[in-house]
Amino acid sequence: MKLRLASPAHLVDLNFIRKLSYVEKDGTALRFGALTRHSEIEASPVAQQIPILHDCAAGIADVQVRNWGTLGGSLAEADPSGDWAPVLLTLSTKAHTVGPKGERSVPLSEFFVDAYTTALAPAELLREIVVDIPPPKSGGAYLAFKRCAPVYATASVAVQLTMEDKEVCHKARIALGCVGLTAIRPREAERALEGRAVTQKAIYAAAAAARAAAEPQPDSRGSVEYKRSLVAALTRRAIQIALRRSRGERVEVSHIYA
Amino acid sequence: MPEPIARVPIRLTVNGKRHELEVEPRLLLVDLLREALDLTGTHIGCDTSYCGACTVLLNGVSVKSCTVLAVHADQGEVLTVEGLAQDGKLHPIQQAFADHHGLQCGYCTPGLLLSSYQLLAKNPHPSETEIRKGISGNTCRCTGYQNVFKAIRAAAEGGGK
Repeated sequence: MKLRLASPAHLVDLNFIRKLSYVEKDGTALRFGALTRHSEIEASPVAQQIPILHDCAAGIADVQVRNWGTLGGSLAEADPSGDWAPVLLTLSTKAHTVGPKGERSVPLSEFFVDAYTTALAPAELLREIVVDIPPPKSGGAYLAFKRCAPVYATASVAVQLTMEDKEVCHKARIALGCVGLTAIRPREAERALEGRAVTQKAIYAAAAAARAAAEPQPDSRGSVEYKRSLVAALTRRAIQIALRRSRGERVEVSHIYA
Repeated sequence: MPEPIARVPIRLTVNGKRHELEVEPRLLLVDLLREALDLTGTHIGCDTSYCGACTVLLNGVSVKSCTVLAVHADQGEVLTVEGLAQDGKLHPIQQAFADHHGLQCGYCTPGLLLSSYQLLAKNPHPSETEIRKGISGNTCRCTGYQNVFKAIRAAAEGGGK
């Protein structure tokens, strides 16, 4: 509102609905209240069950922003440079909404319509985000490349792999942030890994496909060519980390600074 | 003529002192502190949630008060830089910043003090990386941060939180 991106006639503050802030395990899924702060996800032992969620929460902006910003707010704003969209698009995620016509469960893949535009109807609220816990032999990584803590990333890449065995990939989900009007799923990059051994050659093929799928705009953060190169490098690195994690290796990773 | 904006009653505690006020819903917390309560120690730098000069603690957690509405602080507790010193004696973190020259022009200092306070309250013995992450939301354009790190390390070693 300060930047005049929106000038609402009325403003309804949801912040005092404390019941909308929680992280819970429910069978094979994790449930997040829409008003859960990034810092609460960062500190949550329950959220650690999906390491990529902790990586994302712990790296968003800085301490003060993580203390105030919420998961639901980030998704509902649908900023093209938001961190949660690419991360959650690599997982099986549903957005639970509530409005005058009742409740809906929207797959996150159908939630983002355009930049700053979601599938939420005008009087509809995002209430809960439900993320399925990936099966065994899965691993993920989220890498966001930033110039310094409080800024949006220049480019980000989320990768989630489920392996058949130590070498062969069963399912690959990749999402690119900051390089399109919404987060982009580079399907060719996913196909370059699925059903194949995750060799250096396959990783490079996936990175090349991700680079081609990116739709970056030139701005003060970098040129189109720079951002494409960044996407390729981040994709390679994220696949390698996701692969190591799928084998049970502990890899500490967070947002990367220039 | 546009209609006058209805004011909203709020109650909050700032540095231990209770206040009851009526504010415009659009009023930012930093403007409430500076304009209505005359607590001008909290600075406005970028006004876009970047620089951290306006950092205060709201209900025990650090926030950038240029990105918090005053009505968000209703029923809440706020700590600003004016609330750090007790009985005329600087808080150990303030003393450490003075001793180690953790500032030049001083514009970012109130925010850095509150971020340091938050860091040491949650993690009394932070590593070098944890210090850097802890204050990564506070921009200083003068010092290059080295003396700020020294001050925070000294405050941690002195058990000062």
